[in-house]
Amino acid sequence: MKTYPTVMMKPQDTVAVALTNIPAGTRLTVACQDRLFNVELLEPIEFGHKFAVVPMEAGTDIMKYGEVIGAAVRAIRAGEHVHVHNLEGKRGRGDQLGGQSQQ
Amino acid sequence: MADNLSSNGQLAGGKRTFWGYRRPDGSVGVRNHVLILPTIVCATQTAQRVTELVQGTVTFIHQHGCAQVGVDYEQTFRTYAGMASNPNVYGVIVLGLGCETHQARSVASEVKKTGKPVEVISIQDHGGTLYTIAEAAKAAARMVQDASRERRVECDFAELIVGTECGGSDACSGLSANPAVGFCSDLIVDHGGTSILAETTELIGAEHLLARRAVNDQVAKRVYEVIGAMEKRAFAMNVDIRTGNPSPGNIKGGLSSLEEKSLGAANKSGSRPLQELIDYAQKPTAKGLVWMDTPGHDIEQLTGMVAGGSQIVLFTTGRGTPTGSPIAPVIKIATNTSIFEKMDDNIDLNAGTIIDGTETIESVGNRIFEEIIEVCSGKLTKAEILKQHDFGIWRIGPTF
Repeated sequence: MKTYPTVMMKPQDTVAVALTNIPAGTRLTVACQDRLFNVELLEPIEFGHKFAVVPMEAGTDIMKYGEVIGAAVRAIRAGEHVHVHNLEGKRGRGDQLGGQSQQ
Repeated sequence: MADNLSSNGQLAGGKRTFWGYRRPDGSVGVRNHVLILPTIVCATQTAQRVTELVQGTVTFIHQHGCAQVGVDYEQTFRTYAGMASNPNVYGVIVLGLGCETHQARSVASEVKKTGKPVEVISIQDHGGTLYTIAEAAKAAARMVQDASRERRVECDFAELIVGTECGGSDACSGLSANPAVGFCSDLIVDHGGTSILAETTELIGAEHLLARRAVNDQVAKRVYEVIGAMEKRAFAMNVDIRTGNPSPGNIKGGLSSLEEKSLGAANKSGSRPLQELIDYAQKPTAKGLVWMDTPGHDIEQLTGMVAGGSQIVLFTTGRGTPTGSPIAPVIKIATNTSIFEKMDDNIDLNAGTIIDGTETIESVGNRIFEEIIEVCSGKLTKAEILKQHDFGIWRIGPTF
């Protein structure tokens, strides 16, 4: 069976990174320190892109490097591609101030 | 060569050295340029002509130097004076128009404090473009000949201020090249040198990690202040910062938010304590790890660090970039093997081997450190060979 390299930075992370292009339907075992996840990719993941290793509810923080990289804009299933379509940044959000910040 | 120096530039006791140019103020350059410094946009074309005539001279194009006030005036002034004062510059011809806010004469008197040769020529005083070109080219020719008599001498690694930067980041930046630069940054600090971390925008979301490493509460407080000020500028635009940063290329490479990019970028800082936080284009006063407050814009950041005295810059890239400075060598480091092979003209080292699993972060970090010594002793970088003379000032006020 073909193996595909991935990396998960910290055990508390909820995403891992594909280190090569990986087709949909691939079953992966992702490990980081004492944590181990069996994930089936629900869609193809390109080199450098992220996939969820656990299911996440809308609004929850998404973790990489053991830190918050944004929030889920909708529910995300394990094995789903995690990117700008379902992850929003929480910082520098001038769009959420309703124009009140302009002096 | 000194008796106690082995062939790989190592002094007894583990001290590392390189071959540099000792300047009158005691600082050490790794290049020996004559800079034609236009202090006003109106003089940039004339400066360009002079560099076409005289071998050994460099200049840069910009659009500033007039109708600027307050802190914005000061920052641009500091950038001009800093570029000219950088020890990689042997001497300077300051080229002005005559009527501008950034007077060539004021910039020149600041640069003269370094003790290096400085001449001032203004287009209005010299009766137009052609007389100015002739006058400036004659002065430059004399200066270049004097510069050519300088000899490289053996210098302690601790004399170096190394700028670090990432541009055209991808998801590998935080996994390969940035941690390798971080490992190298620790080596720089351990050898008594200075390592500059910058691009404040791209540390938004990672500030708590750096504040924890601050040497005192005052530095930690400044970390939150500069991050807060940068984020407020995004708020003032009433848009999601993601419309501009991460860039479309970053997003294509797999980065989804500014925080994710920042957490990868912060890896460049290694693990040593944060000694101080300095303004844009300001010279560090401390050795060790220093944070310069700059935007994430590659060229504006690069310019700020070089104007702050960096003799050499490390630049990691995942999407690939040609970036270089007119006066400082920029060592470019690929985050993945595919871009290293694809943009071989532009990229000096490959950290993609970490992703490929054929090399460790430590091994690449050591390779970068050795490359710094080689380049500082004269080896040309790819950006220098291709005459990639990028320059851009971080403007912090409107033009009037």
